[in-house]
Amino acid sequence: MTVGLVIVSHSARLAEGVAELAGQMAHGKVAIAVAGGASEGGLGTSVEKILAALRQVDGPEGILVLLDLGSAVMATEMAVEVFVQASPHAVLISPAPLVEGAVIAAVEASVGNSLPEVAEAAASAYTLPKINSRS
Amino acid sequence: MPITPEDTVRWIRRIAVVLHENREYLTQLDSPIGDGDHGINMDRGFKAVIDKLPTVANMDIGSILKTVGTTLVSTVGGASGPLYGTAFLRASMATSGKHELYEADVVHMLEAALEGVKARGKAQPGEKTMVDALTPALAAMKEAEQQNAGLARLLRRGSDAAEAGMKATIPLLATKGRASYLGERSVGHQDPGATSSWLMLKALADTCA
Repeated sequence: MTVGLVIVSHSARLAEGVAELAGQMAHGKVAIAVAGGASEGGLGTSVEKILAALRQVDGPEGILVLLDLGSAVMATEMAVEVFVQASPHAVLISPAPLVEGAVIAAVEASVGNSLPEVAEAAASAYTLPKINSRS
Repeated sequence: MPITPEDTVRWIRRIAVVLHENREYLTQLDSPIGDGDHGINMDRGFKAVIDKLPTVANMDIGSILKTVGTTLVSTVGGASGPLYGTAFLRASMATSGKHELYEADVVHMLEAALEGVKARGKAQPGEKTMVDALTPALAAMKEAEQQNAGLARLLRRGSDAAEAGMKATIPLLATKGRASYLGERSVGHQDPGATSSWLMLKALADTCA
C-alpha cells in the first residue's frame, strides 16, 4: 500500500485531468480518487463526493488531499471531519498548487514514502520554478 | 412569547421564499466579485431544505436547524454550503432539545452560528464576508437582551444591524473567497454573503414581529 491521493476540484473535468497526469507519474502504484464538481453536476464542490473519494482510497498509509481553490478547502475540511470519525487513518490537506502538487505527490507516494514525506514534497511545489530563469 | 418549533419552520420557509425572490439580486451581487452563483446556490439549497422540513416539523428546534444545516452542506456547491451548513449545525447544537427560545437562547444560537462561520471560513470582521453582517447583529442582540427590550425588538435590532453591516462591506477590500483574487477591484461592491445573512436575520425578525 502507498499513500492515497484525492483530487478535489470545482470542475469534474479538471479533477479527472489532474488525476490522469498524476497517475501517469505513479505507474499504477498509487490509489487516486477524484471529487470534481457539485453534487448535482456543474461547477462547485461537494462534501459527499469528497467523502466518497476519501473512502475509495482509504488505507493504512493515509491520504493526501489536493485541491483547487476557495470552497474546496472548506468542503474538504467538512468531509475530513466526517471521514475521521469512521476511519483510523490519517488525512492531510495539501496547500500545494493542484497540478504540480498532485504530480509530485504521486511520484513520492509511488516510491513508498510516508504521508508526512509526501505532504511535505507536495507543499514544496510552491517553490519550484516553472520556468528556469538564467540570470 | 418565545420562538417555537412552529415559528422556526415558518422562519425557514420565509427564508426560502425571500432567497427565491432575491435570487437574481444575489447573483448580480456575486457576479462582479465572485463566481456569480450565490443566488442560484442559496435558492437551490433552501428548496431542498423545504422538501426535508416535513420530516422534522414536529421535533425540537435543534432538530429542525440540524436538518437545515445538513441539507445545505449536501446541496450547496459553493462556499455558502459549508459556511451556512456549519452556521445552522452550530445553531442546532445551541438549541438542541429546545421547544422554546427566549432572548438569551437566540443570542446563544447566533453566537454559536457566528463562531462556526468564523472557524470554518477562518474569517474575521472587516474581510467583506458574512461575518460583517453577523457580527454587528450579534452585538445589537446582546445589547437588546441586556436592556430587556423583548424578543421582537431584539430580532429587529439584530436584523437592522446586519443590514448596516452588509452596507458597510461596500468599501471593503476582500481578502477571503473568490473576491480576494480581484484585489482592489473588489472595493465598491456589496458582499453577497453578507447580504444573504441579512436576509435570513430579517426573515426571522419578520416571522416573529
